[in-house]
Amino acid sequence: MIQPGTPGASTVADTPAPALRLPRRRGIEFSLIVLAVLISVYGYCAVGLAKNGTLPPGAAHYGAGLGGLALLAHCAVRLRAPYADPLLLPIAVLLNGVGLVLIYRLDLETPGHRAAPTQLYWSTAGVALFVAVVVLLRTHRLLQRYTYVCGVAALLLLVLPIFFPPLNGARLWLRIAGFSIQPGEFAKVLLAVFYAGYLAANRHALAFSGRRIGPLQLPTGRVLGPVVAIWLLSVGVLALERDLGTSLLFFGLFVVLLYIATGRTGWVAVGLLLAFLGALAVARLEPHVHGRVHEWLHPFASIDAGQGAGQIAQSLFAFAAGGALGTGLGLGHSILIGFAAKSDFILATAGEELGLAGLSALFLIYGLLVARGYRAGLALRDPFGRLLALGLASIVALQVFVIAGGVTGLIPLTGLAMPFLAQGGSSLVTNWIIVALLIRISDSAHGPYEGTAPP
Amino acid sequence: MSLPHDLDLARPGGTRTVRRAAALCALLLIALLVNASRVQIVESSRYEDNPANRRPMIARYGQPRGDIVVDGRAVTGSRDTGRMFRYERTYTDGPLYAPVTGFASQVYGTTLLEDAQDGVLAGTARLLAPLPAWNDVVRGRSPGGDVVTTLNGAAQRAAYQGLAGRPGAVAAIEPSTGRILALVSAPSYDPGELSGSRASVPRAWTRLNGDAARPMLNRAVRETYPPGSTFKVVTAAAALDTGVVTDPDDWTASPDPYRLPGTTTLLTNEATGCADASLRYAFTWSCNTVFARLGVEVGLRDMTVAATAFGFNDPKLRVPFAVAPSTFARKLDASQLALSSIGQFDTRATPLQMAMIAAAVAGEGSVMAPYLVERTTTGTGDTVSVAGPRTLHRAMSPATAALLREMMRNVVEEGTGRNAAIRGATVGGKTGTAQHGVGNSGKPYAWFISWAQADDAPQPAVAVAVVVEDAAGERGEISGGGNAAPIAKAVMEAVLNSAPHQLNSPPHPRSCRGSACWGGAIAR
Repeated sequence: MIQPGTPGASTVADTPAPALRLPRRRGIEFSLIVLAVLISVYGYCAVGLAKNGTLPPGAAHYGAGLGGLALLAHCAVRLRAPYADPLLLPIAVLLNGVGLVLIYRLDLETPGHRAAPTQLYWSTAGVALFVAVVVLLRTHRLLQRYTYVCGVAALLLLVLPIFFPPLNGARLWLRIAGFSIQPGEFAKVLLAVFYAGYLAANRHALAFSGRRIGPLQLPTGRVLGPVVAIWLLSVGVLALERDLGTSLLFFGLFVVLLYIATGRTGWVAVGLLLAFLGALAVARLEPHVHGRVHEWLHPFASIDAGQGAGQIAQSLFAFAAGGALGTGLGLGHSILIGFAAKSDFILATAGEELGLAGLSALFLIYGLLVARGYRAGLALRDPFGRLLALGLASIVALQVFVIAGGVTGLIPLTGLAMPFLAQGGSSLVTNWIIVALLIRISDSAHGPYEGTAPP
Repeated sequence: MSLPHDLDLARPGGTRTVRRAAALCALLLIALLVNASRVQIVESSRYEDNPANRRPMIARYGQPRGDIVVDGRAVTGSRDTGRMFRYERTYTDGPLYAPVTGFASQVYGTTLLEDAQDGVLAGTARLLAPLPAWNDVVRGRSPGGDVVTTLNGAAQRAAYQGLAGRPGAVAAIEPSTGRILALVSAPSYDPGELSGSRASVPRAWTRLNGDAARPMLNRAVRETYPPGSTFKVVTAAAALDTGVVTDPDDWTASPDPYRLPGTTTLLTNEATGCADASLRYAFTWSCNTVFARLGVEVGLRDMTVAATAFGFNDPKLRVPFAVAPSTFARKLDASQLALSSIGQFDTRATPLQMAMIAAAVAGEGSVMAPYLVERTTTGTGDTVSVAGPRTLHRAMSPATAALLREMMRNVVEEGTGRNAAIRGATVGGKTGTAQHGVGNSGKPYAWFISWAQADDAPQPAVAVAVVVEDAAGERGEISGGGNAAPIAKAVMEAVLNSAPHQLNSPPHPRSCRGSACWGGAIAR
């Protein structure tokens, strides 16, 4: 049954499809990319002017590098995804550019450890993968064929680091040829594909078969088994690796997609209950996690104990120092956070030097990215594509919330990278892939490929 | 079986579950924004005030500190260390000016002028900024301003060299204005040792604090001593002003020795001829018996009034840093009053207070509020504030002051203070030797207070007080005239030999911002 007022259905039926000229909006995208690059270069110059009173020596190179990468990505989109959402790519360029500025700014405080050049290499790799995905992946529907392959691959990636030595209390990294790779980051895309594929195929069975226990309607074990198994495995592995942030992210992704696919509120309740119990158990058993919760509840405990400010306290000091308008780029002291100032705590630098104004702008830009992801998903008619888009957008939303909430003292801190901003190659590359997939999906959603793959 | 509409994922437009998921994302975003506002706006001051937050310190030491100026020359400086707390304080003549400057330490904070004028020196004083409100918005900090002192460098050096490391203190004041010309404490220390955050700083701090000679004690303003016979100026002024003595050359009914009222203790003199001596003779030769009896005759109430009028019992005196209150006890029996009137028992005074007494005599009976800061300027030299003379109390009538000037002159010309005489100038003084310790067992303190007026000058240019603790020489031979008077003489000569503009005319300010020009001294 189609309601009279529903847009889309009647219009499409009344109008002959070929007469409809679909907007491409590549010009808007190009203008916004230029703006994003200019903002980043301005930030780069502002850092140099504030710190040394002169324009930083590499400003032209930095601008040319970022601009070149952005242009390359834009060309790929223009050629292979001409109907894609014009906001997605500029947002990615802006966030990546601002991230480079913040890391460069922190590099000035740590002359021995320069992270910005490496981050620029990883940005190049990220854009290369972005181009590869946009050019080579003709339609997102191809991914649906590899649902189970993705599930297994995600698990393998998650298991791998267990065989490598731990770093900073967590087994998250593979060290290969001098590069640290965090396989869990790549796993989240694969898991999103798996969840989307599996839930799209089995959503009827999940929603309507099985027994009813009180308000809960349980699906049959045959249907739910693989999902729960994958989820339990991934969470278990993460608990062993002590990576709570990623664990929380995967769990959240699972609950959100399950709810979207089945509409069963009961599942969300059960999931949240399980998560709460799991978190409680881990917090009790694992001193690493227990410490995090304690630091969240009492960020100044170490000060009162005479041991100086802990990381959370330093992070809060940094945000507080920013106030409404910030100290200005290059003029804050977020380096006092010490360890992980460029990665997990990168947001503190933004908060201190750009103030609540800049921080809110960043949050809203992330919000815009998520909203455009949701919009692409909603515009799509195939359940797999829709779940994949919503899943990818939700990953960004959850990741931003978990890490930003952690460093601002809203929730206990769990190590996660701020998408695009934080130092860390794996995360950056993965986020470029996520944006590439969203562009691919939005191109399908807004393009003239009714029911068929694009040419 | 088909799915209900709102769950059909293939349907264009929204479904209920997707809308709720989107609402969840919006909720998370709002939570982040609200929490960020809480941290950055609502509770930001709480975080900024946390002692573990090093940002205020970093900002404070992020620019060169303004300078403290003596005789138009900075006696302080700043050194760029390139460390987190970037600029460290340096001192050109650290030990010489330590009782004035104090220290400015990254670790131990600030004292004395560095503390009292910290806002100007650190650049946080709002008056330094052309547009304070704009500074608040852009978080600008004005460059550190300079603090121009009233000190006379030559007098300061003369006092410091005169003490030559012996424990003691010197304070010199310009009688007509209250400008402090010299403020010296010995032994001293180099405040530069406490600057910065090097590992040597805590070591120096421990060493200086553990030193038995107490080099960080500012004896000129923060230590009180029994003033001994120098207090007889106050007793003489009280006796003259209350009419107990009407003619300084008339004999007084004073036995020698004098039995303290209500006791069997006999008070004696070191000088001879004190029995029934006149006020002038007793003052010139420092007769204890005469002044002890005069104090009792004046009475506790009027003695307290006189001491208070000279500045005793004032816990609020600031120059601009706080001065330890000199005390004249308010509850005394007659024997205690007798001893208090010759500067013993519970009577205690800072060297600055004793200089104020000499200055009151020199300055027609008025006690001017002593002050150290002539003016403050911005980093580029524009005047921010200017100090001026302010009368603190009227200690005695001008006639009494004139009589006392005469008697003090007698002390120098023919009495116990002949060591202070200066060719080409009129000098008045009073010696003192104060007993202290349990049963008066400690080596006495040698005191000398005086003033000097050049022969061609309309009024005295300097009043000075000198105290030397445990002065060299055998007990009994110690006298203010022998140990302290030569130092006072050197200080007075230094002032008299200085350029005239240093003496009586404070420099005219180039400009004053708004209502920034102070009507009175910085004291209070």
